[in-house]
Amino acid sequence: MAVTTPPVPRDTQTQPVTGTSFLSSTRLVAEREILTFLRLKGFWIGLAVILLGLVALAILPRVIGDDGPPSVAAVGPEAARVLTGTKLEVRQVADVAAAEELVRSEEVEAAVVPDTTGQSATGVRVVALTDSPRDVVVALSTMPPVDLLEPSETDPGQRQIVIMVFALVFLMFGMGGMAIAQSTVTEKQTRIVEILVSTVPVRALLSGKIVGHTLLTLGQVVVLAVTAPIALRVGGHSELLAALAPALGWFVPFLILGFVLLAAIWAVTGSMVSRQEDLGSSIGPLMLLVMGPYFAVLFFNDNETVMTVLSYLPFSSPIAMPVRMFTGDAAVWEALVALTLLAASAVLAMLLASRLYSGALLQTRGKVSFSNAWSNAD
Amino acid sequence: MLTVTELRRNFGEHRALDNVSFEVRPGRMTGFIGANGSGKTTTMRIILGVLAAHGGSVVWHGAPITQAVRQRFGYMPEERGLYPKAKVAEQITWLGRLHGLDHATARENTLRLLEQLELAERAGDKLEELSLGNQQRAQVAAALVHDPTLLILDEPFSGLDPIAVETMLGVLRERADSGVPVLFSSHQLGLVERLCDDVVIISGGVVKASGGREELRAKYGSRRFELVLENDAGWLRDLPEVRIVDLDGPRAVFEPIGNGRTDQRVLRAALERGAVRSFTPVVPSLNEIFKEAI
Repeated sequence: MAVTTPPVPRDTQTQPVTGTSFLSSTRLVAEREILTFLRLKGFWIGLAVILLGLVALAILPRVIGDDGPPSVAAVGPEAARVLTGTKLEVRQVADVAAAEELVRSEEVEAAVVPDTTGQSATGVRVVALTDSPRDVVVALSTMPPVDLLEPSETDPGQRQIVIMVFALVFLMFGMGGMAIAQSTVTEKQTRIVEILVSTVPVRALLSGKIVGHTLLTLGQVVVLAVTAPIALRVGGHSELLAALAPALGWFVPFLILGFVLLAAIWAVTGSMVSRQEDLGSSIGPLMLLVMGPYFAVLFFNDNETVMTVLSYLPFSSPIAMPVRMFTGDAAVWEALVALTLLAASAVLAMLLASRLYSGALLQTRGKVSFSNAWSNAD
Repeated sequence: MLTVTELRRNFGEHRALDNVSFEVRPGRMTGFIGANGSGKTTTMRIILGVLAAHGGSVVWHGAPITQAVRQRFGYMPEERGLYPKAKVAEQITWLGRLHGLDHATARENTLRLLEQLELAERAGDKLEELSLGNQQRAQVAAALVHDPTLLILDEPFSGLDPIAVETMLGVLRERADSGVPVLFSSHQLGLVERLCDDVVIISGGVVKASGGREELRAKYGSRRFELVLENDAGWLRDLPEVRIVDLDGPRAVFEPIGNGRTDQRVLRAALERGAVRSFTPVVPSLNEIFKEAI
């Protein structure tokens, strides 16, 4: 193979040199990260799973819960009397045996039969198959009137859903930061890092990765934030939507800043190993930072003191503070303080990360220790 | 011109570079030769700012190298690296932009280079789908895409088949001819000998010799002469100022002992005894220079 193309006349001294500033280097790195990701099937599958889950959560209860009131078989006049005025669907049958047959064949949820032992105040007994039929029993009970001194603004069931969704979304995006670590390790492993480092400042590489993945996350959050209200409306949860909207508004900035904080740590984690295979063993502490807040909020969301503390701590505030805003436990100023704390720790993490990253990035043999990375920084 | 002055670098207790100084001149191919671990890669990494020096300086056209200047250098690291899962043309274009080109120029240069390296039809393939030889060519394209002002190539010929070596030679020569200083390391001395204008010989982190190829040949390598006479050359044995390396009838290869103009005295003596068919200094090979220098 011979080179047949004539040499291209070129004057290296007079060629227009646009040069890349720190910002445009960062932009180019971010652009590559984003485009690479948008082409991954896994990225779209992940987003689709989250979206489907969200829609399912909003719509399914309505679909499943739509099978009407529970049905009962009634035997005798006593049963007919106590069942009058309840929302249960009643089927009169001739005797206890016939009623039990309907219960066994699961055509009715329970049977209401005359009490022959004299233990029942209402004069009827409830017969069911395996579990005590709560809704039937409740329908047959007389409940005392309840006066609430400080009525909760939100339904406890809704609150659980909101906590779960916030925690889960943050967990997923937090873990998504692993892509930054993987991308860094790929560059180290293939040694393209030498070309990159000789071309642009290490800090532009780091910030480009963080900016790129933060934008990717932001994009996904926007998609979710647009989908969630639609799904809720379709699911017939307009009241929940009204209650959720402000909390959702708080969740987005918390999520983004929380992601930046984690992203800086993910990047450093990636810069400290030399092979993709070694990444698994080094992400333990980071997993703890992502999973810890998730479980803490899930387990302690009834404990007001713990939740207050969690809502200020940088790693858990992205979940805990929006939840407290949703339940009305926290004032706006509290959210602003937590947001400021989170932003400050994200900035601090970026500064530390930029030093560690530059110290560790070019050490392509084995695992780099923190002290080694720190003292090796330029 | 790239000027490296008294570069020092330690790795722990080990002194990897000890006052390394040399120049890479415009329009010239400079071969950087030395055994494994002699400091070639370390020197190149320092020039490119990938590694910090512990002393000394690297100067480009008389001024310290800034990020903007370095961005215009072209580098081919010894342990090759591009993104395995990215498409060939796409990542080379991207690297061109990272080096400061606008999108259109980067794209244009990429396609031209791939054409020149006969890799055009693989432009849309992922790098990992290419054979190792073709991956090397992509690597060359990546180092050249931004029309670098200086080219630094670490072992550019290792792992190349003979055809690819020729392609690479052509591409590098073309760059050097257009005025770009080219520094490349190699331990294939034959190739360096064929290719380079200047040589830097390094051993144990110390530059043992540097300069123009011919200059080094004159300086190193034993000064030998080949003398071909019409008659038998056996009488040379009796001269005290020469050491006979080879003697075969009328042909003799000798080494003058000591300095001075022994060679001329030998020639005169030969002419007195009859006709002289040829009298030539024997040019030492780079291999010989290398052995003597280190």
